[in-house]
Amino acid sequence: MAIDRKQIQTTASDEFLKGVWKQNPIFVQVLGMCPVLAVTNTAKNALAMGLATAFVLLMSNIVVSSMRNFVPKQVRIVTFILVIATFVTVVDYLIQAISLEQHKSLGAFISLIVVNCLILGRAEAFASKNTVWRSLLDGIGMGLGFCMALLCLGGVRELFGNGSLFGVPVFGEHFQPWVVMVLPAGGFFALAAWLLLFNWIGEVRSRRAKLEDVI
Amino acid sequence: MERSEEDHVVNESPIPAVASAAATEKPRIWPMYLTLVSVGVACALVIVIVYEVTRPIIQRNKIELRKQAIFDVLPGVKKSAAFRLKKTSGRFEPTPVESEGEDLVFVGYDDQDELVGLALGAQGMGYQDTIRLLYGYSFEAQAIIGIRVLESLETPGLGDRIETDAEFLRNFEKLDVRLTANGDELANPIEFVKPGKKTAAWQIDGISGATISSQATAQMLGESAAKWIPRVRAREADFAFTEEEQ
Repeated sequence: MAIDRKQIQTTASDEFLKGVWKQNPIFVQVLGMCPVLAVTNTAKNALAMGLATAFVLLMSNIVVSSMRNFVPKQVRIVTFILVIATFVTVVDYLIQAISLEQHKSLGAFISLIVVNCLILGRAEAFASKNTVWRSLLDGIGMGLGFCMALLCLGGVRELFGNGSLFGVPVFGEHFQPWVVMVLPAGGFFALAAWLLLFNWIGEVRSRRAKLEDVI
Repeated sequence: MERSEEDHVVNESPIPAVASAAATEKPRIWPMYLTLVSVGVACALVIVIVYEVTRPIIQRNKIELRKQAIFDVLPGVKKSAAFRLKKTSGRFEPTPVESEGEDLVFVGYDDQDELVGLALGAQGMGYQDTIRLLYGYSFEAQAIIGIRVLESLETPGLGDRIETDAEFLRNFEKLDVRLTANGDELANPIEFVKPGKKTAAWQIDGISGATISSQATAQMLGESAAKWIPRVRAREADFAFTEEEQ
């Protein structure tokens, strides 16, 4: 009994961090690649997309978990999609109200958040089986992880492809931008490099852990 | 909005054969109806509330963007004013710059209060959704001297190159929209040609990879220019600078 409670407590505290690191939606789960590759050509776009997705994810997690006991399982997916689509529409209006320029540069990808498999994935795999509190933590963690990963990609691509970060020139006038980095191909290069880094870190850690076990 | 949402929801409800066969006991239908209808209504309500709250802000942003675009499409402009075409008199009359509507034109003046040109609107169906843009017309050059897309949902990286492609935008540095001698139509209607095939000043080079979007841009410009330029040319005197317009 005591062990059980301890287990639950530790998982609750890890709920938040797992999305950021251990189960990072992009670098570990490799989910939602469409916006990841498409709108990360600048750090600003990446951040806007990340925040929009994180908001939808958090809200849908909260709503889905709060009605998990009432929704018959035959219609759960329809209900989840309805909830997600509602929050995406809300986000669409909010971005238009905040900045039309930003709305234009994200274009059709805002409405495509509806079909981001990360959001439906968390609703189905986590929020529909867990309490509101844990789903909230999961939503914040996953959203933050997604946002950070997008920012990592967008930052690298803008830095090399445009010589700037958030529109501020970094390298000075003599820098010749690597145009390929802001083009679609650059998205794949940057993503591959980050995945390589994350897998390498993971491998080094597990090897070290094994070594410690032996000792 | 609410109605269609509910209708949609009700249509979806009958249980698929697979689901009912898989269930050990016969699934109860009323809870499903109830869930879908109530979730649908709640979602519709949320959307309506957010829409109503954000609408005035979005409207303000759009007007601000349009104001900014007038300066972008008419180089050298320092002041702008809006005019509305009065159907009854056929004259252009000053109107507040925040006005809405199809029959609006925007006038740009330089720092000497001299008329530089007009910013006219054009819209048409793009690849995804309606594209709305503003273009600058210079009386002196009898040409379109700049365009700026106000609204578009074209595919990022492909269709949205109508806004970013330098090669394409060069079409609009001086796009000939001269009128015929009697002044009631364009001497040469604006033409869309394949990329790199532009030979005349009234032709628009397309973008390969964004054919539909660039063709749509050319078409809406052609339609709008054919409609507006004979009219504004005939009433050029209406647009002279007067103090109260500011």
